[in-house]
Amino acid sequence: MLQAKRKTGLVFFPAFDWAIDPTHPEREERLLYTQDQVLEEGIFDIEGITEFKPDLVTINDVNRVHFCVPDGWHVMTESHFISAGGAKTIGMAVLEKKVECGFALVRPPGHHAMRVVHGARGFCNVNIEAIMVEFLRAAYGVGKVAIVDTDCHHGDGTQDIYWHDPNTLFISLHQDGRTLYPGSGFTNEIGGPNAAGTTLNIPLPPYTSDEGFLYTIENVVLPILDDFKPDLIINSAGQDNHYSDPITNMNFSAKGYAQLTEMLKADIAVLEGGYSIEGALPYVNTGIILAMAGIDYSNIREPDFDPEKIRQSSQVTEAIKEVGKAVLENWRNREQLKDRMQKAASGRFSERMRRIYYDTAGITEFQKEKIRICRDCGGALKIDTSADTGSKVLAVHIPIDACSACIEQGRQWYEEAGSDRFQKAYLQNRPKDKYYVKELFQR
Amino acid sequence: MIIGLDVGGTHTDVVLLDKHGLVNEIKVHTDATNLFKTVLDGLEKITLGVNPKDIRRIVLSTTLTTNSIIQGKSPEVGMIVSSGPGIDPMLFRTNRHYYPVAGSIDHRGRRIEAIDHHEIKAVGDILKKEGVRHVGIVGKFSARNPSHELEIRRILRGQFEEFFLGHRVSGNLNFQRRVATTFFNAAVYPIHKKFFLAVRRSLDQQGMNIPIQILKADGGTMNFRSSIGFPGQTIFSGPAASIMGATAFAPKGEDVLVFDIGGTTTDMAILIDQAPLLDPLGIELGGYKTLIRSLKSKSIGVGGDSVIRVINGKITVGPDREGFAMVYGGSTPTPTDALAVMGKLEDGDTEKAFSGFQAIASALGVSVEKAAEMVFDHACRQILTEAEAMVVEINSKPVYTVHELQEGYQVKPKKIMVLGGPAPYFADYLEKISAYQVKPVPRWKVANAIGAALARTTCEVTLFADTERGILTSPEEKFKKNINADFSREKAIKIAYDLLRNKAMETGADEEDLELELLEDQQFNMVRGFHTTGKNIRIKAQVKPGLIHRYHSVVEKLSE
Ligand SMILES: [Zn+2]
Ligand SMILES: [Zn+2]
Ligand SMILES: [Zn+2]
Repeated sequence: MLQAKRKTGLVFFPAFDWAIDPTHPEREERLLYTQDQVLEEGIFDIEGITEFKPDLVTINDVNRVHFCVPDGWHVMTESHFISAGGAKTIGMAVLEKKVECGFALVRPPGHHAMRVVHGARGFCNVNIEAIMVEFLRAAYGVGKVAIVDTDCHHGDGTQDIYWHDPNTLFISLHQDGRTLYPGSGFTNEIGGPNAAGTTLNIPLPPYTSDEGFLYTIENVVLPILDDFKPDLIINSAGQDNHYSDPITNMNFSAKGYAQLTEMLKADIAVLEGGYSIEGALPYVNTGIILAMAGIDYSNIREPDFDPEKIRQSSQVTEAIKEVGKAVLENWRNREQLKDRMQKAASGRFSERMRRIYYDTAGITEFQKEKIRICRDCGGALKIDTSADTGSKVLAVHIPIDACSACIEQGRQWYEEAGSDRFQKAYLQNRPKDKYYVKELFQR
Repeated sequence: MIIGLDVGGTHTDVVLLDKHGLVNEIKVHTDATNLFKTVLDGLEKITLGVNPKDIRRIVLSTTLTTNSIIQGKSPEVGMIVSSGPGIDPMLFRTNRHYYPVAGSIDHRGRRIEAIDHHEIKAVGDILKKEGVRHVGIVGKFSARNPSHELEIRRILRGQFEEFFLGHRVSGNLNFQRRVATTFFNAAVYPIHKKFFLAVRRSLDQQGMNIPIQILKADGGTMNFRSSIGFPGQTIFSGPAASIMGATAFAPKGEDVLVFDIGGTTTDMAILIDQAPLLDPLGIELGGYKTLIRSLKSKSIGVGGDSVIRVINGKITVGPDREGFAMVYGGSTPTPTDALAVMGKLEDGDTEKAFSGFQAIASALGVSVEKAAEMVFDHACRQILTEAEAMVVEINSKPVYTVHELQEGYQVKPKKIMVLGGPAPYFADYLEKISAYQVKPVPRWKVANAIGAALARTTCEVTLFADTERGILTSPEEKFKKNINADFSREKAIKIAYDLLRNKAMETGADEEDLELELLEDQQFNMVRGFHTTGKNIRIKAQVKPGLIHRYHSVVEKLSE
């Protein structure tokens, strides 16, 4: 009888009745063939693999992470409550030791959703990993978390949410932003002045194959994880690096994904993108599940798999080594980089201005972000945001481990917000696990 | 008139029903070493003085196949499995003569790697040398495309007595279960066929040219002819008989828990609006999970004859059994003895029960009467706890659509029906300690045989359409057709119902009992490169398990 070496939890929620629109890559059919493969392989029958029904997240769970404009009910669909809920269900099962690790095979995905949400970006509305992580922090007191994003697209949403958080290490492996949406994720993006080095980007050249991915995991990601010593490792397990993916240009295989999973030993994996719904997903998902559960996956293979066809060139290999070097250097020098950034900030605050485009919803947002420079915590954060939807709001975030000065600063910003400039003000008071909204009426 | 016969572990129950109710009920001793004699004995006694021409139907529920599998006394079977990439098929090995071979089909039923004829011939030669006469052939995704299984049979045709093909056992996907199910069918085929042919012959000799129906694990029946190729379907028909016996008396429109309290175990199941809840995939037996349709049931090691112990001042009941209760000549105290001490049994040697409970009473530091009550209480609570866990498990079964997650049916039983025994005492006590309304099933001593007698013929059909490939197929039904791009879900449903109706009639259904329903009804647009290229349609339909209509009046009479 087939038995898992690691007790593994699965939430499978293919949302067979939900699509962004009928021909969109994020449509009903996306996990249909994965379901067929997983059922035919008898995955749910394996001793030690448990399938859980997803819980729904609550609006409070969402508000811990996001500032939804005008509110969560406008941003979320039923499907988002369930897919984020699926991740949460797996997180709880792991933390409560019902299983040793787990995989939320859910849709829609979330890693392009940033802290402020005016609408859908990159097929994502809310960030399901972040909602899970912040729930686990609030409910179980989880401290240091590492999120390794192996989706082919830069996890810019997750990066944005954890940009100022020194307790969350975010590492994104992705196809070079010069060649793919969303066009960001370069090695010099290393986090804000209070959290420099705990955001790391590993842009890989197009046509990177198994060799390049596994080299990077072994020589860059694993040593950094060893240093950081997280309480929990999360894998944003996007599957669009596959050689057959229609919207990307990488050469990763199902067996490669399984090997990566085995090496990374994530506690929790959450499905992100992956749009080769017939040629890749059935095999990649089967491989990931078997690898998580510690079951032999050596016979998992796509029907058209040919290692020669996807072998990476020596230029690609060299480029990957260079990127790895740069990332490791940033990691080793993170304290100096942090010092330099804090000193460079004029006075007690650091500011940045951004224009964010929501490709899925067709919205443009302008942000002015201000962070309190702090050595004792992640720092109070204020975001002045407006969008071409006509929304204009102030969002204030007090981090979960905030020092008293940052708590005070956050409160003050929230109280100061007036109707002269904003329609609403929001406050995430994470030490109190409370979310406040202030309606401001225009003159 | 109809006859229902249910072979149990110690005795066999037989009933004769007519339109006015129960004509006769008898019990005969079960001779596990000679079930044929047991069955004939029962049939002979129940038909004594009855004109054979008045009997319309005989339904048999036996432990023949179950025992054969559990005892592993089946003849040598050859298994040829073609899996292609995926989990190593050796992990699904069922028996000694088990041979993985080349060949691969993908999730849409496309051929990826061909069968190797030389390899198949070589395996055939080995199997012949090994003295194998029955061969199971199973391919991965054969429920989508059976061509490789058929090809292997073609190569080996004439060299073996009988072939069992994986795609014929079920339309459901699950390679490992398909392998196990096919193996079971092949393994019990000879004993099943021989047994029922003998019963048939014997009935014919007595002038009883009556169709024989065999009870299946899903609480439905199939005729002898259609059971020959799929004898695995008849395993675990015992619990099904009892549950169908309760179905006869279950309230309309309500969820009900059914407890069949036997000697060794209590079997529990759920009825929803007078229909038993089915297991989504299939039965598990002897460590193998199968695709054999069955009732969703749970068996726990608490029964009337379970061994009682006191460990560190705490009572435990079961899961083991050491023969009869002391009141009936056994040597260890049991819940049945507790009932005897409590003065609830009419027969047996109550003195023995008292003396058996002495030790328990002193270990608990209470009187013998009190100890008996505590033990009975413990057994009842354990049954309730396990039943509630089963309900939770059923309600937490994952679903795959937003709609189901939001509106999916939640089982919330408020009533319990008890049979086995002694049902009335268990029912009284269970009601006392819980919020459930608890009733013994009317005629609880023979309700199992009544259930068998009244069960209707059931079956299931799975249909799969892929308009991009232009294929409509139901391999289980040997059905395949080419379709155009305009093929619709509505057409698929109609064809599925036609296939189902035919299958039901062939397996012995009565026209008036064809209560058909859809189990799955899904359609997906297939999009490739931002263009819709086809539709992927999946339909599954069944004859709902239930009772034959013609005897509705009987049920009313029996409830009186
Ligand atoms: Zn990434
Ligand atoms: Zn992606
Ligand atoms: Zn601070």
